[in-house]
Amino acid sequence: MGTSLDFEKPIIELERQIEEIRKGAGKQLTGGTDGLEPLERRLAAMRAEVYKNLTPYQRVQVARNSKRPFTLDYIRLVLSDFVELHGDRLYREDAAIVGGWARLDGETVMIIGHQRGRDTKENLRRNFGMPHPEGYRKALRLMKLAEKFHVPVITFIDTPGAWAGLGAEERGQSEAIARNLFEMSRLETPIVATVIGEGGSGGALALGVADRVLMLENAIYSVITIEGCAAILWKDGKSPEMKERAATALRLTAEDLVRLKLIDEIVPEPLGGAHANHEESARALQAALVRHLDDLRRYKPEKLVRRRRQKFLHMGAFAE
Amino acid sequence: MAWFRKEKKARQPRRERLEIPADAWEKCEACAHTDLREKFVRNLNVCPSCDYHRRIRASDYVALLLDDGSWEELDLDLKSADPLEFPDYPQRLNRAIAKVGEGDAVMTVEGTLGAMPINAAVMDFAFMGGSMGSVVGEKIARLGQRSVERKHPLIIVSASGGARMQEGALSLMQMAKTSAVLAQLAERGVPYVSILTNPTTGGVSASYAMLGDAILAEPGAVVGFAGPRVIKQTIGQDLPQGFQTAEFLLDHGMLDAVVHRKQLKRTVEQLLRHMSGQPASTGWTSP
Repeated sequence: MGTSLDFEKPIIELERQIEEIRKGAGKQLTGGTDGLEPLERRLAAMRAEVYKNLTPYQRVQVARNSKRPFTLDYIRLVLSDFVELHGDRLYREDAAIVGGWARLDGETVMIIGHQRGRDTKENLRRNFGMPHPEGYRKALRLMKLAEKFHVPVITFIDTPGAWAGLGAEERGQSEAIARNLFEMSRLETPIVATVIGEGGSGGALALGVADRVLMLENAIYSVITIEGCAAILWKDGKSPEMKERAATALRLTAEDLVRLKLIDEIVPEPLGGAHANHEESARALQAALVRHLDDLRRYKPEKLVRRRRQKFLHMGAFAE
Repeated sequence: MAWFRKEKKARQPRRERLEIPADAWEKCEACAHTDLREKFVRNLNVCPSCDYHRRIRASDYVALLLDDGSWEELDLDLKSADPLEFPDYPQRLNRAIAKVGEGDAVMTVEGTLGAMPINAAVMDFAFMGGSMGSVVGEKIARLGQRSVERKHPLIIVSASGGARMQEGALSLMQMAKTSAVLAQLAERGVPYVSILTNPTTGGVSASYAMLGDAILAEPGAVVGFAGPRVIKQTIGQDLPQGFQTAEFLLDHGMLDAVVHRKQLKRTVEQLLRHMSGQPASTGWTSP
């Protein structure tokens, strides 16, 4: 969950140089910054080069980068008029999932998403974006609320996975996730899910049974963490070589998921990744969400549910 | 030569020794009780000494649950592919097929239980840890749809470590797929009984296993979302005694009953009769 990525170091170094020259030029009043143009062109080229050729392992690092926009950032940048709702009405509030009423392009939606923290303090409060059962039950409560008032649901997926701990097991983590899969498959209102960062296993899917599933360009979606996969198969979940091997083997990038026919669309990120420009990333996401919701509004609830079910029933690859 | 010296001759045993081949013996994994295999088998592979429910093969479970000779296996022609070209997956599959058979990690059948037509899926832990990939998901989805169409109750016996890593996100989506079929089943009012055996964890527990109209578990079965090892690693301390056992889940309100293997068929039959409006198999009797 590092903040600076190794393969970005040359980019960051060049950015720093440009910034220093600019500062120096500002003091001189005259002369301007004309001389910077070639440097900036070089920076853009370098970004393009690095980001065009990201390996799956680098993608995992980008997806987990804490400088990326999180759910609450996108709520601020993509939606308006947000009223947060809390609690599952059963046990307690779980801050690893946030949700509430908001407006997309003027229309009311129910927004629900995993929320990670940017620093240690917030991560402790948000449990690193790893929900307990009560988080999933809150999410389901809000979805049912949306259904009741004929409002579409938008979810943002960004979690390493559902929390594995004593309390989570005692209170039925499995049941909570299973119930969401079951209920989302028959919710009579449009659902659009977007993987904005890390889509970690069942804990991610519990917000992901949707009419349209989108992934940001550098997001990942996987059945298990690369560390878990490497630890189980190759008895080594720590070394970069094994993590790299797992990242490649698991086919977890957005392109892979399109190829496997498991997601509907890739939302482009700005050059250098979503963390390089939050606003630009938000604009692309907003445009995609508006387009998909406009399209989904055409369907009657029964037809929507039928189509959603058919979509998931067709997922799988086998020989017959 | 001394007259009293006996000629040396090997002694003959007074009677023939009863021959029991070494491999006729079995040892209980839980209490180390040793007994003839036949005794274990006759006891439905439950230890005669400590009641430990041993893992059994899918076909044995089908025989235990369904009426004798009533069942027919379905979708045997579905085979796992290697859509991700995952390292070593074809080899692992071949080894599993050689060891267990062609049916992948689940056997689906139609047959009768207490003379009622039913559809049943039984997972086989021996096949790659009962992991759920595309074939398991598809077989269960097809069986569920068969139940929807014919209104025949559905029974799923789970035994699984979770989703199959080697099929990546395809395996993950089987959770959504199977849950979606169960939602259809629920809307049609067709009963579904989920039976959890040792172990039921990960993607299987977080989908169809926990969605039964009735959820039963075998005594001592480990059931949970995360495996005990993972939780121990996360929290950095030992787990409490009995954590994540069937009895623990019963105490925490996650199951309807813990049922001994000997009582299982009868309990499932009772449940199905209640849920599908059938009279009791014993007929009507006043209390």
